[in-house]
Amino acid sequence: MEEIITEEIKKRIGVESEPVYFDVEKGHIRRFADAIGDPNPLYRDEKYARKTKYGTIIAPPTFVTALTDREWARQNIFEVECPLKRVLNGGNEIELYEPIRAGDRISVTYKLVDATVREGKVGKMLFLIYEAYYRNQFGDLVAKVRNTLIRY
Amino acid sequence: MAKLYFEDVKEGMEIPVLKKHPTTRQLVMWAGASGDFYEIHYDKDFAQGTGLPGVIVHGWLTFSFLNQMITDWIGEDGRIKKIGVSYRGMHFPCQELVCKGVVKRKYKENGENLVECEIWAENPKGEKTTPGTCIVALPSRET
Repeated sequence: MEEIITEEIKKRIGVESEPVYFDVEKGHIRRFADAIGDPNPLYRDEKYARKTKYGTIIAPPTFVTALTDREWARQNIFEVECPLKRVLNGGNEIELYEPIRAGDRISVTYKLVDATVREGKVGKMLFLIYEAYYRNQFGDLVAKVRNTLIRY
Repeated sequence: MAKLYFEDVKEGMEIPVLKKHPTTRQLVMWAGASGDFYEIHYDKDFAQGTGLPGVIVHGWLTFSFLNQMITDWIGEDGRIKKIGVSYRGMHFPCQELVCKGVVKRKYKENGENLVECEIWAENPKGEKTTPGTCIVALPSRET
């Protein structure tokens, strides 16, 4: 039987990637909030945001997905060698320690943490669990995201 | 914005519903803003080629709607500490997507006032497509 959890997958488990950097722009935050259809002034109105405890425009919690190293995800998750080629997003979980602010420089690193095979309705399914760690320009961990990607 | 205090929350109370009507246009806006250009979300032929009935709503967009339901509810002095969902069913554009939630537990931990909620999105058949949980920290009237 063809191996589902290939050597290529096994050798990646537990290895944290090199960081990639993103400069967070208020225009990007606004476009992101517009795409959700969320009129919250914290995401778009500088004058308003200045009077809040945040002091500046902040990003919605799910903005972390806009700060994704898609090349890492392609090579290590979506297209990593495996006989199961189709992909589905199984789930996402965000732990937020502080909001991402306009003007932040965010570094992101990734780690494949687990790979398991389950029998599903459509046959064998591979669950790849990978985490992303978001740190700001002060080195503080601002968010941790845990993703489940299904290959089937 | 509305302000929710820890004292105002009761276990079993429902979170105000948020109704969304994502259009294909909105999916394209989301693709641009999030950087997720997977074709199953805007190219019908491509989507059907993978066995889907048509283009589908991005999981992260549904997840974002659920986040909006929470931030609308708690206001800007509350804070989402943890929020997660699983994608069990799909949403299609031009169909209503309803975000709902209920308070499961309120407790204090390390000096924080925490509320744990069950959250989910429903399709027009009333099926829970996107179940998950959320923990928020709220301000107290006492402090």
